Amino acid sequence: MNWAEQGPTRREVLRAIGMMAGTAVLYQAMEVLGHAKETQFAGPPNLQGARPGTKVVVLGAGLAGMLAAYELAKAGYDVQILEYNNRPGGRNWSLYGGDTYTELGGATQKVGFSEGNYLNPGPWRIPYHHRALLHYCKKFGVALEPFIQMNQQALVQSSKAFGGKPMRYRELHADWDGNVAELLAKAIDNRGLDSVMTKEDADRLRIALREWGALDQNFKYSKNYRSSRRRGFERAQGGGVLGEPIPSDPHAFKDILDSGIWRTVAQHMNIDHQHAMFQPVGGMGMIGRGFAKQVEGKIRYNQKVTSISQQGGKVTVMHTDTGSGVTSTTEADYCVCTIPLSVLSQIDVDCSPGLDAAIHAVPYSNSVKVGLEFKRRFWEEEEAIYGGISFTDREISMISYPSGKLHSDGPAVILGAYTFGPASYKFAGMTPEERIQRALEQGSVFHPGRYKEEFIGGATVAWSRVPFTLGCCAQWNEDTRKEHYQTLVAVDNRLVLAGEHASYIGCWMEGAILSSLDAVTRLHSRALEA
Amino acid sequence: MRFVLFAVAALIASPALAQKPAKALPAPHPGAEVYQNICQACHMANALGGEGAGKIPALAKNGTLEAAGYPIMVVTGGKNAMPWFRGALTDQQISDVINYVRSNFGNKYKDKVTPAMVAEMGVPAPKGGMREQ
Repeated sequence: MNWAEQGPTRREVLRAIGMMAGTAVLYQAMEVLGHAKETQFAGPPNLQGARPGTKVVVLGAGLAGMLAAYELAKAGYDVQILEYNNRPGGRNWSLYGGDTYTELGGATQKVGFSEGNYLNPGPWRIPYHHRALLHYCKKFGVALEPFIQMNQQALVQSSKAFGGKPMRYRELHADWDGNVAELLAKAIDNRGLDSVMTKEDADRLRIALREWGALDQNFKYSKNYRSSRRRGFERAQGGGVLGEPIPSDPHAFKDILDSGIWRTVAQHMNIDHQHAMFQPVGGMGMIGRGFAKQVEGKIRYNQKVTSISQQGGKVTVMHTDTGSGVTSTTEADYCVCTIPLSVLSQIDVDCSPGLDAAIHAVPYSNSVKVGLEFKRRFWEEEEAIYGGISFTDREISMISYPSGKLHSDGPAVILGAYTFGPASYKFAGMTPEERIQRALEQGSVFHPGRYKEEFIGGATVAWSRVPFTLGCCAQWNEDTRKEHYQTLVAVDNRLVLAGEHASYIGCWMEGAILSSLDAVTRLHSRALEA
Repeated sequence: MRFVLFAVAALIASPALAQKPAKALPAPHPGAEVYQNICQACHMANALGGEGAGKIPALAKNGTLEAAGYPIMVVTGGKNAMPWFRGALTDQQISDVINYVRSNFGNKYKDKVTPAMVAEMGVPAPKGGMREQ
């Protein structure tokens, strides 16, 4: 947990340079070695031959639970899902106009978004290499569309640079590359790389730097047509009499350093944020709905699990109906439990001491999202920002423009805050109204004169106050992985756990999916051996 | 310059002139800000916690706070879903917020927790850190 004030350190700068210069080479090397591929997915499990009449109770109708139920039912098991909420999907969830959401503490929001608009409180984007999730989206008829992660036309704002004025990502990125290329070329000229490179390679690198950084004939990053083709022109290219473009002035490298732009650039080099990325048409919650259709009639909603017993050669789950208060028991031969550890650690679970310790060992992260609806897409109409993200060092950390229904009229929803670290606790501690107001205030730095003026209404979810998770995601670390992970995922008598917490792709839907497939495959083998 | 100074002095003085002479507001407890910025994200502004599929315990009128060692352990080391705050908060902040909770929300414990006690009784921040990257 890095809660320290994030100032640019020399090490960070060097690391970012290394990332940019070295990634292509590194990637090629990793390709050869077979790393850097997709997440582990070799196709659906194709389980068969369950003993007739064998029952499985699945706890939780999130993606892990519903997929477990789907695959086990296909294999011939008699499956029942118990779900706390009154809807399928779990953290896979969209809030639409007309929805009501009550967080812990009792604050209730009635979402007022226009038809078709939504906030994705949890997952909101799918990397191209999350092949298992993509497989099931296709199989279950969940339509996907591109999610625009990186947009050079979007803005980057830092309180430490340019007097707090937001700048185009494009300008900062071009100036970063250009300045780094110029400095490195200078280092070569000053024979600073002689000890690490042959003369021949240094010459080749020098030429490469000119192309990569858009340097001029003198290996300088300067105001000219070449650099402006990267960072944009002062007067854009046109036709006719005034068609000739006017180049723009690069920013001073000190300002570029102050802006921390490399963090944004490096973030987009992370495999989780590389294009292509996807989102379901109509909101992330469409995945949960799509999965639910495959297990129709198998989900019992509004069931709060209170205990899980494995006595007497069976699994007995006690659960209370949150509406009527009536307690019932469900018996089965096996149990797939996808309840988040934040909740499971409070339930009486009859399991090995090792699994019990593992369930209690993993804390949960926190995050807050705020959706803001505006009368029109002024960011598209006036600034040509189509999707993507504007970044800030304010608490909201970013605003993300909708990737769907681009170039359309009418109201649209911006993700107005996605908090990390201490800001998440600060935001979660506010009332929903305060969160929305704070997000509006902080985000207005990007679009003054529009943001507050064209605002209609908002919705917000603070994950520490979400009744069905009490947090965002499982926060493992090296020590807890070593001590507890294998125990957590092992089949414990008749019980197996699944979910993002039982994966190394924590906090992603793909982790829940892969964990679920692995869990049901092992549970099936166990059931056949029994 | 003289004028500016005068103006500032007037600004400072004016609220007192506008109101009846009132008792000076007591300085806010140093732990109150920590509570608002961190703890109430889960335990709520009124310290009553909440209940859904699981429970966030109320800190108000909480008997387990009697032995100061217990909140020190939980805040520094975390418990179940609650992350540890050792490293995120200083020992001073941790003692401040524990003192704040132990003397507010219907809790009336008189003894005070000191940063030295946090240093001595607290759980060290785990080596592995919070996030894996």
